[in-house]
Amino acid sequence: MPWLNQVAQITLMNLMNVPRRLGTSLVVVVGIAGVVGVLVSVLAMGEGFRHTLASTGRPTRVIMLRAGSDAEMSSGVARDQATLLASMPGIARDDDGRPLVSAELFVMVDLPRHGQSDPNNVPMRGVQPTAFAIRDEIRIVEGRRYERGVREVIVGRKAARQFAGLAVGSRIAFRDSDWTVVGTFESGGDVHESEIWADAEVAMSAFRRTGFQSVTATLADASPAGLAALKTAIARDRRLSINVLREPEYYAKQASILSKLIGVLGYSVATFMAIGATFGALNCMYSAIASRQTEIATLRAIGFGGAPVVVSVMIEALALALVGGALGGTLAYVYCDGASLSTLNFNTFSQVAFDFRVTRGLLAQGLVGALLIGLVGGLLPAIRSARLPVTAALRTL
Amino acid sequence: MKYWPLLWTQLFRRKTRTILTLASVLVAFLLFGLLEAVQVAFESGADSADAKRLLTTARYSIIEPLPMAYASRIERVPGVVGVAYADWFGAKYQNESNAFAVFAVDPARYLDMYPEFDITPGQREAFMKTRTGAVAGKLLVERYGWKVGQKLPIASEIHAKADGSLDWEFDLVGVFDADDPAVRANTEVVLINVAHFDEARGLGRGKTGWYIIRIADAEQARAVAADIDRMFLNSPDETKTAPEKEFALGFAKQIGDIGALVTRILFAVFFTILILTGNTMAQSIRERIPELAILKTLGFSNTAVTLLVIGEAGLLFALGAGLGMMAAVALLPGINAATGGRFPPLFVDGSTWVWAAGVAVALALAVALPPAVRVNRLRIVDALAGHR
Repeated sequence: MPWLNQVAQITLMNLMNVPRRLGTSLVVVVGIAGVVGVLVSVLAMGEGFRHTLASTGRPTRVIMLRAGSDAEMSSGVARDQATLLASMPGIARDDDGRPLVSAELFVMVDLPRHGQSDPNNVPMRGVQPTAFAIRDEIRIVEGRRYERGVREVIVGRKAARQFAGLAVGSRIAFRDSDWTVVGTFESGGDVHESEIWADAEVAMSAFRRTGFQSVTATLADASPAGLAALKTAIARDRRLSINVLREPEYYAKQASILSKLIGVLGYSVATFMAIGATFGALNCMYSAIASRQTEIATLRAIGFGGAPVVVSVMIEALALALVGGALGGTLAYVYCDGASLSTLNFNTFSQVAFDFRVTRGLLAQGLVGALLIGLVGGLLPAIRSARLPVTAALRTL
Repeated sequence: MKYWPLLWTQLFRRKTRTILTLASVLVAFLLFGLLEAVQVAFESGADSADAKRLLTTARYSIIEPLPMAYASRIERVPGVVGVAYADWFGAKYQNESNAFAVFAVDPARYLDMYPEFDITPGQREAFMKTRTGAVAGKLLVERYGWKVGQKLPIASEIHAKADGSLDWEFDLVGVFDADDPAVRANTEVVLINVAHFDEARGLGRGKTGWYIIRIADAEQARAVAADIDRMFLNSPDETKTAPEKEFALGFAKQIGDIGALVTRILFAVFFTILILTGNTMAQSIRERIPELAILKTLGFSNTAVTLLVIGEAGLLFALGAGLGMMAAVALLPGINAATGGRFPPLFVDGSTWVWAAGVAVALALAVALPPAVRVNRLRIVDALAGHR
């Protein structure tokens, strides 16, 4: 395989030469690292948001809202309707025969972010005692649960991290009175970690509500048939006008606008940056071969073919791109992974907190992007280098 | 100006290289223009705010209602010259939640409060007189192809009629618009006459969402706001009053620190550009050392040659930044059309141009200074002898 041998030799020579052309090579690396770093971090934001929404809810549970309302905030379920829903046959019961149903209040309270004073719409959920049996992913990580009938709250881990005054033991002023934070909970990184929870009855009296906003329940039979049976039973009851949704379906809908927005932002910024960096890479590779014109011509003169020269220049460009991509991905991982962020979810009009997630998939995507830039940036200069007539190239010194 | 041909020739000495560099600078500034437009859009609420307007909401959360009866009490507070109120309708149009905002308002009070909304006197009159009347922003009317005089079927996700139905219907009696692009974003709304709405809804009658208050003297904003809140202290519905601008900024902050995010991205973009262009520039000067030495031999002073180098970088960035910003301006209408009102209209405002110019100058200097210093110190003999 003389051809492969030629490629290997020229490539080796090129790569060993890189330290002598450190400036130009570094420029390609840094340029591509910048693009990949930004691409991966912005996409990690979207990934984190999707992960938070996707890990919320289980297909074995349903959320029931007033028909016509797409979000808890705008929904309303009267007390007698909630009682009727709890007695539906399709709903699971605990060992004592009590239905696994929690009628819930969902309101917003104003809290500033750490170190700021502007108010944010932080969601507060009033839940019934069964809520903890229904959502068994909830675990108290600090302090204790609130006592029934007392103005005490527990706070989601992410809410506590984002907003001021939510440490265990502190008091917060909501409507009419002070509440005491008695515990912090986690629930597998889902949206409930952005919430404040209290006893539904206490919250209703404090917020002067007479009805609930939603009812969450565990299905006795989680199969499509079981869900259909529950829906039919509810539809048949004329006192009820209720929409039943599996939890994952409901929470996925709540993410629609924001995840689209983050996706569009991420990809358009990355695309523009990639175009810019491709021009930069082209420039650098052009000057890299321009400075080696004589060298390449000499190789050609002593019998190396055009194709091996092209391939070797391409390999050099790709190698530099790969280093740049790896560097950018590493930077994004070091600086972004796990950083948390809270923003207003337009669907629910309340704050949702989530973490940046730099996944393997995103890092791979970053590397692919880097290689594409390297490919485009290396191809034209490589072809030009091989096409240059040997005599002309040798003469221009 | 006599150096102009020289500058131009220098810059395009190697066409491919310059065009590629120019293209990457162009793309960087295009990105700058677009991202700044996003940031401006988020803060445009604050730009269009009127210093003589205050907003009053329920003290503990914006979603809690306030009694409509507060209007007459607020009117009597010294320094207050006008009061309007609005309630969030929670619109669902063609089965899409919050396709646009709908506010239930008292027509005369509300339109007086926002004189920047242009509406013909006839349509304003019709809105005041039609209990089921509605007026809509021109952007919405164009998007959905509505005609004045038609029925607007809009469902509410929140407010049920007395019979429990969530389906409402209003008569579109007018269209309003605004010239200022920052204000125009606020016209993507349908206003409905509160008279019919309040009477027909099943729950929450006599309540409204928030108050907008006009004061005589912007200097007195804090004092008047404090007076209003003090009046309702310890009542069942306590209030929180703030200047409109503060309210808008607070709302933008709810979305998070968009500014910080945009700044970080742009920092990465310009850092990359700086490295790329800086290297190219240095290389290009290095290649031309003998030529520059000849210029010095011909009698160009050190300063003149140095300025030529700096001017070359300046010209490169001026071209790149200018074309990039123009590309952003050209692209934005398309982007606005594509988002279909899901997002406030984006536009490049004056301050973005100023910033772009500032960044371009800074980058040009950063890129040009190292080679310029070198050229300045260049000794003709060494340069011509090839001791680079």
